[in-house]
Amino acid sequence: MLLKVNNLETIFRMARGEVRAVDRISFNIKSGKTLGLVGESGCGKSVTALSIMRLVPDPPGKIAGGSIELEGNDILKLPEKEMRKIRGNEISIVFQEPLSSLNPVFSCGEQVREAIVLHQHLGRKDSKTEAIEMLRRVRIPDPETRYKNYPHQMSGGMRQRVMIAMALSCQPKLLIADEPTTALDVSVQAQIIELLQDLREELGMSILLITHDLAVIAQMADTVVVMYAGKIVEKAPAGKLFSDPSHPYTQGLLASMPGYSIPGKSLPVIPGSVPDPVKLPPGCRFSDRCGKRIEKCFNEEPPLFNLGDSHFSRCWLHNKEEN
Amino acid sequence: MIILKADGIKKYFSSPGSGFFSRSGAPVKAVDGVDISIEAGESLGLVGESGCGKSTLARVLLRLIKPTTGKVFLDGIDFFALKGRDLRKTRRRIQMIFQDPYSSLNPRMTVGNTIAEGIKVHKIVKRKDVRTRVHSLLDKVGLPPAAESRYPHEFSGGQRQRVGIARALAVEPDIIIADEPVAALDLSVQAKIINLLRDLKEDMGLTYLFVSHDLGVIKHVSDKVAVMYLGRIVELSDKESLFSDPLHPYTRGLLASIPSLERGGKKLKAAIRGEVPSPVNLPAGCSFCPRCPEATERCKLEFPPFVTINGGRKVRCWLYS
Repeated sequence: MLLKVNNLETIFRMARGEVRAVDRISFNIKSGKTLGLVGESGCGKSVTALSIMRLVPDPPGKIAGGSIELEGNDILKLPEKEMRKIRGNEISIVFQEPLSSLNPVFSCGEQVREAIVLHQHLGRKDSKTEAIEMLRRVRIPDPETRYKNYPHQMSGGMRQRVMIAMALSCQPKLLIADEPTTALDVSVQAQIIELLQDLREELGMSILLITHDLAVIAQMADTVVVMYAGKIVEKAPAGKLFSDPSHPYTQGLLASMPGYSIPGKSLPVIPGSVPDPVKLPPGCRFSDRCGKRIEKCFNEEPPLFNLGDSHFSRCWLHNKEEN
Repeated sequence: MIILKADGIKKYFSSPGSGFFSRSGAPVKAVDGVDISIEAGESLGLVGESGCGKSTLARVLLRLIKPTTGKVFLDGIDFFALKGRDLRKTRRRIQMIFQDPYSSLNPRMTVGNTIAEGIKVHKIVKRKDVRTRVHSLLDKVGLPPAAESRYPHEFSGGQRQRVGIARALAVEPDIIIADEPVAALDLSVQAKIINLLRDLKEDMGLTYLFVSHDLGVIKHVSDKVAVMYLGRIVELSDKESLFSDPLHPYTRGLLASIPSLERGGKKLKAAIRGEVPSPVNLPAGCSFCPRCPEATERCKLEFPPFVTINGGRKVRCWLYS
């Protein structure tokens, strides 16, 4: 097991009250595998990524509990100096918007080289050769010329490749990809997905893929975790989740995808909207929007029921003792 | 009956030269010869990747920008020849819904005033009835009457998009041009807005031009689909045939690039290589040929015509000429 996240809890202290952005979530990532984390805006998926990198802005944020074990070591207990060695070397991150993550006044090649110098202590010449090699690895055509290009001279897809080159320059064991294809066109999105899949095999790394796009998850992930209002509501192997979704929220999300339902008919929708994170309902957080709710859902929060075959769902409908 | 017709629309933007003081360089051909027509009550989907000119085309059709050449006809009347009162009257008939509900609403105007503005300008109802009209519009898009006195920042993205829709409907238009209306929204919110737009179309007999990069959305809302690439329409077809039997290699590539839910252990292979070339230096022949898997010598040299084949489908590719 490469990464074990156990009861992770990240809170934000806001003027209106305390927001439990990530509420005691647990999942594991095996080496060489991809875990997909899916949910709508505000469900806590990006905060989970920042927590694993220990980059949650403090204040107002704070990791309040739980553990994150990387190959058996709890990185939440490490001093900041040790954590710096882990970032980039062991765990790397790629963000959604490559234009705002790259420095506009340095050439793309220099920025890749900087990442290599910081982590590998190579000389000027060697680090440049290595940076060009990384650009070639992420399939940037003509990397020697592209090395000198500034971010604004590149297209969105090329910039995302540069970001991936920077993230992979130290051959991390885990790559966190936070909405890596959201800002890209379909044809370029397909290219980046293909690239990430190939690199995962070549480098033998694991990927934590965070996205709101279920189809991208279906394409890349081995295991899927669905989050809703800070909680994991369903966890399953990818094939299982898409063929047999168990939580009403997952079912609703899948049904409401345009293009996968019957064209011309109205789309089945999930009524209502995401609850206010400061005033969460007492029972199941999805209860006020759920079509299958029972009395119990309003009062008691359901546990994550084990449905067998590594499939878990947080819904009272699976409560065998009562049914 | 054809309600909106565009004839030979070209829109070139001048691009900056190489230096700060140098003369402007070659023009950017954002839209390069587009003919489309939309039947009343129909929903035409316009799909393409960023930079293909779909938003520029939408803006020309609304007369927000003037085309370099070409004409737009609304019920046979030349839109760009109109002036003064006639122009105002015609502008009312065609309205737009924007992509970003955050930046397309005035943050300092209440939602009620935003919606009422068009009603007053176009004198849709008597002054004393404006408020009732605003309430009925809010109701139509699924917002409570109390929303009228609130400001845009008090609403979520989906609600703001509803306000944008109410504003477009306020002047009783015949045609709605929706430019990526759901691209900025979450999946569950997206479905609600798509349903709302569909219901409104049926209730009010609207005609839509639906601009999107998302083929799933296009598949759901349109009757006909036009695929745009580098300023030109490369395929125009009814929706069913386009999705079941795409003709143009670009359309086929786009459809194959959509990640699918049924993976079955198969890896997604990028179907289109390379990236969209710059619209400044277009290739001499077919503009898709540098990326096309089926390109021949002819494609590099000669520009393919837009030909009609089996049952009114149109495609711009040498494979079919």
